Amino acid sequence: MWDWIKIVALGVIALLAAIAANFAHDLAYQVHALIVMAVAAGLFVWTVRTADNPKGPAPTGYNDGVIRAGVIATTFWGLAGFLVGTFIAFQLAFPSLNFEFLQGIGNFGRLRPLHTSAVIFAFGGNALICTSFYIVQRTSAARLWGGNLGWFVFWGYNLFIVIAATGYLLGATQSKEYAEPEWYADLWLTIVWLAYLAVFLGTIIKRKEPHIYVANWFFLAFIVTVAMLHVVNNISLPVSIFGSKSVQVFSGVQDAMVQWWYGHNAVGFFLTAGFLGMMYYFVPKQAERPIYSYKLSIIHFWALIFLYIWAGPHHLHYTALPDWAGTLGMVFSIVLWMPSWGGMINGLMTLSGAWDKIRTDPIMRMMVISLGFYGMSTFEGPMMSIRAVNSLSHYTDWTIGHVHSGALGWNGMITFAALYFLTPRLWNRDRLYSLTLVNWHFWLATIGIVLYASSMWVTGIMEGLMWREVDAQGFLVNSFADTVAAKFPMYVVRGLGGVMYLTGALIMAYNLWMTAFGKRQPVAALTPAE
Amino acid sequence: MSKPPIKHAPKPEVSTTGHSWDGIEELNNPLPRWWVWILYATIVWGIGYTIAYPAWPLISGATPGLLGFSTRAQVEQDIAAVAEANSALTTQLAAADLTKISDNPTLDGFAKNAGAAVFRANCSQCHGSGAAGAKGFPNLLDDDWLWGGSITDIAYTINHGVRNEQDPDARWSQMPAFGEILTAPEIDQVVQYVLSISDQENDATMAVAGATLFADNCAACHGDDGKGNRDLGAPNLTDAIWLYGGDKATLTETVTKARFGVMPAWGLRLSPDEVNAAAVYVHQLGGGE
Repeated sequence: MWDWIKIVALGVIALLAAIAANFAHDLAYQVHALIVMAVAAGLFVWTVRTADNPKGPAPTGYNDGVIRAGVIATTFWGLAGFLVGTFIAFQLAFPSLNFEFLQGIGNFGRLRPLHTSAVIFAFGGNALICTSFYIVQRTSAARLWGGNLGWFVFWGYNLFIVIAATGYLLGATQSKEYAEPEWYADLWLTIVWLAYLAVFLGTIIKRKEPHIYVANWFFLAFIVTVAMLHVVNNISLPVSIFGSKSVQVFSGVQDAMVQWWYGHNAVGFFLTAGFLGMMYYFVPKQAERPIYSYKLSIIHFWALIFLYIWAGPHHLHYTALPDWAGTLGMVFSIVLWMPSWGGMINGLMTLSGAWDKIRTDPIMRMMVISLGFYGMSTFEGPMMSIRAVNSLSHYTDWTIGHVHSGALGWNGMITFAALYFLTPRLWNRDRLYSLTLVNWHFWLATIGIVLYASSMWVTGIMEGLMWREVDAQGFLVNSFADTVAAKFPMYVVRGLGGVMYLTGALIMAYNLWMTAFGKRQPVAALTPAE
Repeated sequence: MSKPPIKHAPKPEVSTTGHSWDGIEELNNPLPRWWVWILYATIVWGIGYTIAYPAWPLISGATPGLLGFSTRAQVEQDIAAVAEANSALTTQLAAADLTKISDNPTLDGFAKNAGAAVFRANCSQCHGSGAAGAKGFPNLLDDDWLWGGSITDIAYTINHGVRNEQDPDARWSQMPAFGEILTAPEIDQVVQYVLSISDQENDATMAVAGATLFADNCAACHGDDGKGNRDLGAPNLTDAIWLYGGDKATLTETVTKARFGVMPAWGLRLSPDEVNAAAVYVHQLGGGE
C-alpha cells in the first residue's frame, strides 16, 4: 500500500516538474525542474520495479548505511569546496583567471557562493548529519528512528545542495550571504530539515540510556535553531511560480538585521554548536578518557546558546543599524567569550592523563589543533565585535582570515579527525590504511591554515589602515585600486595555503578510500615524534 | 548495544557522574575558577558598558547612554573638524581665479593635495589611479585634450561633465553611426584614409577614395586636415593617441557604430572648491595648457 502511495506521489511530482520545466521563465529554474523531474521519474521506475518484492525482516542494530554514505559525501563535497576555494583565491590574485569563456558561469561572483555553500553546507552539513546519526545511535543505544527517513534526510539534503550549486552557476540567487538559494530550494530544505529533526529527536526519545549525552544537546540545539533561522531569513515572495526570482519580505535595515541574525547564528549553531557535538563524542572516544567536567558542559552549553542568538548586530557596526542594537550585539559577543571557551577547555582537559597520545596519534593531534583554532577564533570573534576594532577590520580581509581560521582550523580539522575515526569502524577494518598519510595531511593542513590566516591578517590590517589613511589636512592618501594592488603578494600566499590544504584533503580521500575499499594491509605502528 | 566503559587511570580525587554513554564517562570536576571569574568580569563590564552607551531598546527609541555616544555624531564631528581646519583655504579656493592660482603657492599646494584626494575617490575608477586612462577613458597625463586643456576648460569639464542628461550645460556632441549612412565598402575606404593620415599602413587606392568621403562626412567635425575640433570634442585623428583604438578593426567599429562616452557632472555632487581642486590637480599632471 505504502509503495503505491509513493508511486502515485512520485509520478505526480515528475509530471509537475515537467510542466514547470516547460513554462520556466529562466534557465536556472528550468534546469532545476529537469533535475527534479529526473530524480522523481527515476525513483518512480525503481519503486515500481521493487514494489512487489518480498520484504525482509526489519533490520536491527545500528543503521550505519546512511552514515557510510555521509562519510563519502562529506569527503567528496570537501574536495569540491576546497578546490573551488583555491581557484577563486587565485582568481583574486590573478584576475585573468576569470576567463572570458566562463563569464556568467565561472567568474568570481558566481563561484564565491559556490565555494562558501560547498564547504559550509555540503561538507560541514553532511559531516554534521552523518556524525550526529552515528553519535545519537551510540550514545542512545538505539537504532536510528524512522526507518528509511534517515536516507530521505541524506538524499534530500544532497539534492538541495545540487539545486543550490547549479543555481549559483546559472545566476539564481536571492543575494543573501550564506542564504543564497532561491525560494523553492528553501522550501525543500525546510522539509528535509524537519525530517532530520524527527529522526534525531525520535532516536533520542526511544533511547535506552537514562540520560541524554551532552553531544546530543548540542546537536539538538543546532537542528532546532537552524530550522528557525532558515525559515525566518528566507521569507520571500516568488515573482512567479515558474521562475526562480523571489522578493524578500523584509527590506532595508530590517532585512540587514535579519540577514546577520541568520548569518551570525549560522556560524554559532551550524559551525559551533553542531561541531561541538562532534567534539564531545570523538575527543573522549579517541583519547579514551572521560569528559573533564560535566558541570562545565552544562553551564557553557546553556550560556552559549542563550548568548549567541543576540550577537548578530556586531556584523552591522557603522551602518544604518541604530547604535543601541550594535552595542547589544557587541556586549553579548564579549560575554560569549568564556562560554565559547568552555568547549575548548572541556575538550583539551579531557586529554589530561593522555597527553602522550599527541606524540603517537596524528588523529589526536588533529583534534588538539582543531580545539586550538576553535579557541583562537572564538577569542578573535569577540575582539572583532568591539566597535573600535571593527571600524578597522570590517570589510577587510581580516574578516576572511578570521572565518577561515575557524572553518579550516576548527571545523575542517575536527571533521577530518571524525572521518579518520569513523571510516575503519564503519567499514569493519581494524585500522586506517596509513597513519603516515594522516600525519602528512595534518602538517599540510596546519601549515596551509597558518599561511592563510597570517596572510589575511597582514593584508586585512594593511588595507584597513590604507583605507582610513588621511594626511595632515584630512585628505585621503590612497585610492581603492592602490589598496588592491598592495594586497597582491598576500593573495598569492593565501592561494598557496589553499593548495596545501587541498592537497592534504586529497591525501585524506586516498587514505579513506584505501581503508574502506582497498585490500587490507598491515601497517607498522607510527614511531613517536621526538 | 552499549560497550563496557573504557578503562582509564583511576583518579581518586575526582568521581564521575556515574553514567556511561558508549563507554564515555564524565568527571565531576568543578568549573575552572579563572573561567568563572572572567565570565563574571565580562558580565559586569557588559552591564557597565550598556549603561554608558546607547543600548537598551524602549518603546520608542533606546537608552542613550551616559556618555552621549553616537556613531553618526562621531563621524559628523570628525568631518566638521577637518572642514573647520581647512575652511579658510576652501573658501578661498571655491572663489579663486584658477588661471592665477599658481601665484598663491599655499593655495596652489592645498588645491593639488585636495584635488589628488578628490581624484582618488571619484575619478580613478575610470581614469585610473595614476590618471593614465583606459580604453574609452582619456589619459589625463598627456597634452592631447578632447575639450581643451586650459585650467578653466578642465574645470568646466569636471563641473558639467560630458554627454550626461543631468546637466544641461554638459559638453555635448554626437558622432553619427555611419553604418546607417555609408555602405560597408565606403566605411572601409574612410578607415583606410584615417589610417593614411595617422601614418599607419594603408591601401593607397582606397584611401584616395576615402579622402572624398572624409571631406563630405567627417571633416565638418574632425576638420579638413583631420586634426579635430575641441569645440565639438572631436578627436585629432592624425596623432598616435586613440581613445578606443586606432587599428583597422577598431576604427571600422567606431565609424560604423559611433561612440558615446559619458562623464558625470561632478558639480552636482562635489562642492565648488572640490571641483576647482580636481581641476588644479589634473592640470598639473603634465599636459595642462
